[in-house]
Amino acid sequence: MDYFLELFFGGLTRGSIYALIALGYTMVYGIIELINFAHGEIYMIGAFTALIAASALSLLGLNGPALLILAGLIAVIYSAAYGYTIEKIAYKPLRKAQRLSPLISAIGMSIFLQNYVLLAQTSDFLSFPTLVDEFAFMEPVSHIMRSSELLIVATTLVCTVLLTLFIKFSRTGKAMRATAQDKTMAMLLGININRVISVTFIIGSGLAAIGGVLISNHIGQINFYIGFIAGIKAFTAAVLGGIGSIPGAVLGGLILGWTESFATGYVSSDYEDVFAFGLLVFILIFRPAGILGRSSTDKV
Amino acid sequence: MLKVKSLHTYYGGIHALKSVSFNLPEGEIVTLIGANGAGKSTALMSISGIVPPRYGEITFLGRPIHQMSPDRIFALGVVQVPEGRRIFPLLTVTENLEMGAYLRNDRKGIAQDIDYIFSLFPRLAERRHQTGGTLSGGEQQMLAISRGLMSRPKLLLLDEPSLGLAPVLVQLIFATIEKINRENKTTIFLVEQNANMALRIAHRGYVMESGVITLQDTAANLLNSEKVKQAYLGI
Repeated sequence: MDYFLELFFGGLTRGSIYALIALGYTMVYGIIELINFAHGEIYMIGAFTALIAASALSLLGLNGPALLILAGLIAVIYSAAYGYTIEKIAYKPLRKAQRLSPLISAIGMSIFLQNYVLLAQTSDFLSFPTLVDEFAFMEPVSHIMRSSELLIVATTLVCTVLLTLFIKFSRTGKAMRATAQDKTMAMLLGININRVISVTFIIGSGLAAIGGVLISNHIGQINFYIGFIAGIKAFTAAVLGGIGSIPGAVLGGLILGWTESFATGYVSSDYEDVFAFGLLVFILIFRPAGILGRSSTDKV
Repeated sequence: MLKVKSLHTYYGGIHALKSVSFNLPEGEIVTLIGANGAGKSTALMSISGIVPPRYGEITFLGRPIHQMSPDRIFALGVVQVPEGRRIFPLLTVTENLEMGAYLRNDRKGIAQDIDYIFSLFPRLAERRHQTGGTLSGGEQQMLAISRGLMSRPKLLLLDEPSLGLAPVLVQLIFATIEKINRENKTTIFLVEQNANMALRIAHRGYVMESGVITLQDTAANLLNSEKVKQAYLGI
């Protein structure tokens, strides 16, 4: 039973990270119908920024949760600036081009950012310090779930709830939904859609950076390539849940996380990706729009 | 109030407007009639800044607006209710109305205006929590016009408000347009294929053919003009 629970919470943690990244994919797709392949790199840049910031801040004598929060905040702001800039440089000039062009631009951006970090930093794995000690109250269950995992799951929950409330009730959130449904009409109602698109990239990038910081704190090492793998997995999660749908991204992330965790635990870690992508194929056969996605035919 | 001078607009490679000029005096209903594909909708999209003109000039209250972005033109009080209603299908009726007031900050005033619209169209009040996509064509048209009113426009551009509606609803929509013009002193530019109905409520009219204004006169004169009768009124 303990083994099952360990796998369950391991999958939940993994799924939460996928969900945080998948939210960015799904939001951007919802607004401009672009798969932002550079999104995974934002997650990686978030992790690197947090590492650098944490090293610098710990020299100033900061430690514990305060250090994690401050380093995380710096990473979120820095990564959000990246997301904003990428959209302006690589996607905005191509907004009226055919759909393949921005997609290729996105792949180019992804390759560029990976190599940029590779050159500017290192190709080695860097060790990421554990910024938060084990919580005392987690001691009795520490063999099932570590504190860093709890932190990931709790942060994802809070972020998802806040994002949902923001999109449902705030003025900008409503403008985002309106823009996603009919861009021209949104413009005719005085909505500055360039601003809406920028906000979408900023929020998505911030969430990916949070994921990057938390997973690095959990696993303890990072390199320039982590964004590519996590990005592909999170993209899978977004498609699985129904790309464009926010609850879908979270659901897809969790399902993918659990699938991988249980497949690793009960079958073999060699088959982790086989199960993950096998599940994707299986779901797309029966529900081409994803679990919570709406097929384009019922969109009037 | 709005002056359009020698406007040339290209739409998808087509020279859609060829030196179009017209004038919308304050407080009037002016109609633009013409066949399908004559360029009427392009004229509205040019005014709203969605399809900016290549040459020519549009001034609103003396300010040139032909190089402004759509959101700035909207902020000046030029509001379009486009063809096909374009209700946000997944937003509720109330949310659709709120989007019309996107640039306003007075929560109280917005709530009052929504109440006023619900009193004007009780059908919308009944369906306030339904999503836009579930409404009938007539209800969507009422919602589209109401959404346009939510920003308290100075100039309302209406594109084919009667398209695809049952005759009873067409009557209701035109009566509402007249009422908006009379009670709020809103200037209205009405683009219509239903020339008969449009000319009955308008003060002035323009006739457009293949991107060119071919006739202009008071609405009463156009209704009696032989050419208009033959081509657009089916008499």
